[in-house]
Amino acid sequence: MRIPLKKSGYEIIKAEVVKITPMTATEKLYEIRLKNGENLDHDPGQFVEVSMFGAGEAPISVCSSPTNQDTFELCIRKIGRMTSVLHNLEVGDEIGIRGPFGVGFPVNLLKGRDMIFIAGGLGIAPMRSLINYVLDERRDFGKVDILLGCKTPDKMLFGGEVAVWAERMDVNFCCTVDKSDPEWKGNVGLITTLIPGVNFNPDNTFAVVCGPPEMYIYVIQELLKKGMPESRIYVSLERHMKCGMGRCGHCQIHQYYCCMDGPVFPYDKVKDLEGAI
Amino acid sequence: MKDVLLKKELFNGFVEALMNSYKVAAPTRRGDKSFAFNFITDPAEVCLDHIPTILPPKKYFLPQHETLLEYNTTEGQNMQAFVEIEPMVILGVHSCDIAGIQCLNHVFMDRPKDYHYQARHDKILLIGYECLRKCDQYASCGLMQTHTPTGGYDIFMTDMGDHYYFSINTFDGKSLVQLFDGFELADTAAEKTLKKLRSDKKKLFRNETDVSLAEIPSIFEWGFDSHVWDRTAEKCLSCGNCTNVCPTCYCFDVNDEPELNLAKGRRVRVWDSCQNETFAIIAGGENFRPKRAQRTRHRFFRKFKYPVMRYGKFFCTGCGRCSRQCMASINLKETISNLKRSWGEI
Repeated sequence: MRIPLKKSGYEIIKAEVVKITPMTATEKLYEIRLKNGENLDHDPGQFVEVSMFGAGEAPISVCSSPTNQDTFELCIRKIGRMTSVLHNLEVGDEIGIRGPFGVGFPVNLLKGRDMIFIAGGLGIAPMRSLINYVLDERRDFGKVDILLGCKTPDKMLFGGEVAVWAERMDVNFCCTVDKSDPEWKGNVGLITTLIPGVNFNPDNTFAVVCGPPEMYIYVIQELLKKGMPESRIYVSLERHMKCGMGRCGHCQIHQYYCCMDGPVFPYDKVKDLEGAI
Repeated sequence: MKDVLLKKELFNGFVEALMNSYKVAAPTRRGDKSFAFNFITDPAEVCLDHIPTILPPKKYFLPQHETLLEYNTTEGQNMQAFVEIEPMVILGVHSCDIAGIQCLNHVFMDRPKDYHYQARHDKILLIGYECLRKCDQYASCGLMQTHTPTGGYDIFMTDMGDHYYFSINTFDGKSLVQLFDGFELADTAAEKTLKKLRSDKKKLFRNETDVSLAEIPSIFEWGFDSHVWDRTAEKCLSCGNCTNVCPTCYCFDVNDEPELNLAKGRRVRVWDSCQNETFAIIAGGENFRPKRAQRTRHRFFRKFKYPVMRYGKFFCTGCGRCSRQCMASINLKETISNLKRSWGEI
């Protein structure tokens, strides 16, 4: 007996690639529109499962702000089989989307506060959804600091947009690269070197940290040194979410499933869980 | 619902009546001490007095290899999700395995629901079979208190010498009984005998370890950094046998299986194991449980701590399969005992 299912959780929503922007040698930015006419309706920090039948699925953070309602953007690094297939997509091609999944950044909690954004490497992708949300709703937030780090200047993502942030009067922007090249005129050094230079009021500031796994602990140490409470540091953790529904087990961090309880966690919730950070 | 009795010589007739209306899976003998749930074609294949089967009946609820949907990419990303299942009866399920299915029900019918699981769950009827003696030295149903079921079945059978006592728990169970003519109503004498059997059973199914159920949460509260995990992992081969045979392990992988024309294919989920080295690896190459000890520990915590936090119950049913099948002789009871004893040691 074959029982058809309509909402098993594994159905994809058809979507169209409306724009592709190459960013670096390995990253491309995809603008996606759902074909069912609906908005993705995501929170900053949530992720979607991108599906290409035959190649599989991959969990990818939504990197655009929900204030842009019609389409959403995904920044995809070519790193495995599935993402290589995605990198061969052309404008007009059809893909599948499931989601959005997970708990994003607590935007309502952040309103009326000062913000420090600290992103390393590809960590800018999930962070950008929140940064652009905050900049679109700028009046609702206090002081905004953005600290960016990447390995080399040619690996900088969202270069044009970053240049605009750097120019904005209402944003304190700071950027560093691990290794410079002849044209680079900015800071050189790890992202942790930027934190001592930031002035913030620990009583009214939230920090949001996103980057490669090895970055978190050093950045968080620097923030704690400056008096930032653990409960006001938010991290977005990377795991391999296969199902997105808290079952397949791949993304499990102790009792939490990163796909349901995360990927965004307040630091105090995960700090004692070995292997989380 | 009124319970019934069935003379043992009529049992095969009842099984035949079931087979006329349902696919019937039952424990069958595979070897001297090995049994497996299989679809039967003859009532004589049924082997009620079995030690836990190689694989638990979870394979009918969460098949090793299950199609989630079929796709066709000839004109875009088209797909249809479905479940392929016949109405079936699983006969002769021990109480430990009933407990295992109850655990899976928690996981898969929690929101967001898994409708593939739900569809299978709705089509499977369960006839349990009571253990009146311990199966072997590996089981720990005395510790886990799973030797007598608390719901989870349609019918539960108990051997009473020349009769089987059928405790009927659901209307579906009643309808199964109505398929066959040879039942008689259970009288008060039979009910009394059942009570007596159950109270005698308590003496027989004593805690097999020096750990009590009540202290397991505290042991696993401080036991994370115990040296026991390193000692246990020294033996572990990371083969994943323990998770495959576990009635409550449910981790899976999702893969696409294209047909030769590459346009059509199926998206399937297959059992996976947290014991595999690559299980917690991410695209960037970082592995969050690279060490064997971390993976061994993770398995135990997924039985005795994390599900307690999430679903309010232990996910060990004491069936003993993980210890029975372990090629390196890692024993669950010993490990918990050692963990308790390691308090204060480094």
